[in-house]
Amino acid sequence: MTFQTSRQTAARSMDPWNWLAVPTLTCLVLTLLFALPIRVFGLVPPEPVFLMVPAFVWAVIRPSILPPFILMVSGLLLDVLWGASLGLWGFSLLFGYAGVLASRSFASGQGQSMNWVWYAITCLIVELTAYLVTLIDVQAAPSLVGAFWQWAVTAALYPFAHQLIERFEDADVRFK
Amino acid sequence: MSLRDGPFQDLKVPLTWAAAMAVIVAGVAALGLLLSDRRETYKDEAYGAGRVVVDRVVAPAADVLSTPADWARALGDGIGDYFFAVSENRRLKLENARLRQWRDAAIALEDINSRYRALLGVKIDPPIPMVTARIVLDARGPFANTRLANAGEEMGVRVGQPVMSDAGLVGRVVGTGQGISRILLLTDVASHMPVLVDRTNARAILSGDGGPNPTLDYLRGVEPVRNGDRILSSGDGGVLPRGLPVGTAVKGLDGQWRVRLSSDSVPIDLVRILLFKDFTDLAAQKALQASKMPPLTDVPAPVASSSVLPPALTAKPAAAPVVAPVAPKPSATKPVMAKPAPALVKPIAPPPALAKPVAQPSAAAEEPAR
Repeated sequence: MTFQTSRQTAARSMDPWNWLAVPTLTCLVLTLLFALPIRVFGLVPPEPVFLMVPAFVWAVIRPSILPPFILMVSGLLLDVLWGASLGLWGFSLLFGYAGVLASRSFASGQGQSMNWVWYAITCLIVELTAYLVTLIDVQAAPSLVGAFWQWAVTAALYPFAHQLIERFEDADVRFK
Repeated sequence: MSLRDGPFQDLKVPLTWAAAMAVIVAGVAALGLLLSDRRETYKDEAYGAGRVVVDRVVAPAADVLSTPADWARALGDGIGDYFFAVSENRRLKLENARLRQWRDAAIALEDINSRYRALLGVKIDPPIPMVTARIVLDARGPFANTRLANAGEEMGVRVGQPVMSDAGLVGRVVGTGQGISRILLLTDVASHMPVLVDRTNARAILSGDGGPNPTLDYLRGVEPVRNGDRILSSGDGGVLPRGLPVGTAVKGLDGQWRVRLSSDSVPIDLVRILLFKDFTDLAAQKALQASKMPPLTDVPAPVASSSVLPPALTAKPAAAPVVAPVAPKPSATKPVMAKPAPALVKPIAPPPALAKPVAQPSAAAEEPAR
């Protein structure tokens, strides 16, 4: 009975609004802010893929049915916002999400630095998927340097992913 | 009755497998969208109603959000103007002196051009109307380089129209809606634009790759381009008007010829959308189609002359070679544009070579009748 109660408490804390909606909306607002035509001392701000953070975190915390669909829809919004081919980011983020989901059984529970490497590799997979899809779609090779910079600034967002993992990792004890 | 109380209460699906299935379903849906989307086409309907709706929602929000940044930039510019007024004044005086020389050159060129046009009976392009728009959103990643401007179809903006900044060509419109238009930049990986090298008249296709310097593809000829050559739009295919400044040619580290875009020299916050229409759109197609050809069954009346062609047409082949040397643009105008003002005086004097060809056709025209 005690076990049942703690399990229910744990499940109750995984409120979809907290662990799915808030990170998604935050990422979309940040993407919009970084897409404003602002120059600081003649330099333009970078364009990281903020949605990579929840894509990684959701797969690490626990498998669920909703995140893939949320990733697809928010990826579509990203495509429209950036003017990319429809489905490019949805497909690429899902590829990364599937990769983390497949590897979570032997990669989770590691230290922060190892998790950062895991996250960076996932970012690389997403970036490579987007690169190949664009290559096939428009039959022209995008700039490798540009793709590298986008990967680097996206990989640098790991501290935010770590905060989310710390917050929700113990929320559902079934997936510890 | 909830699902838990029903006959499925004991049914347990492993969540990992369910999540995997959800990934597959969502992935297939995304792939389907990807295969059906063609964002770089010149068709209005390719942009899609969904994109227009999102753009129309996002554009006002982005406009409001970027306003504080605009104020900050204006403030910074104001402070800079105040502290650097003396050096700016000196620079502007020098520039003004140089521009006065170019003004004189332009007047002289305008004069000679109008005379050439009168001699050759050349029809020039009509002036192109334009609208000014503000950029409210800017995507600059490796897979999409587009911008959202706050002028749309209510101002006559259509898909395919070229967009320019103060300094040069920026890209073209790929989608429009009420109050918004999406601009595909020259640097976008899906952008392909016909251009020419000003010095040699060599044609090429300017292809973006997501980096700052698009590549010059399909260059032909022996040494068609050199470092620093000016690149202009060629107007081939009727997509763009001819002669819009694009940038200068540079050899890339990868050995490919690339273009340093003129539009990169200034911030692209305000753009001009040229409401350009191809000549095939401007021509009165109905009038052209209405002119009827003579019926094929009619036998032409016998002509005394040995030729069946009217005298005006028979004279043409003889006259053409005489006029030809005058007509090509590079030989007549190129050296003038490249040199500073003093050298411009030379070609302006009416060359004796021009007088000859004009006088000759009458003699040449009589030749076939002999």
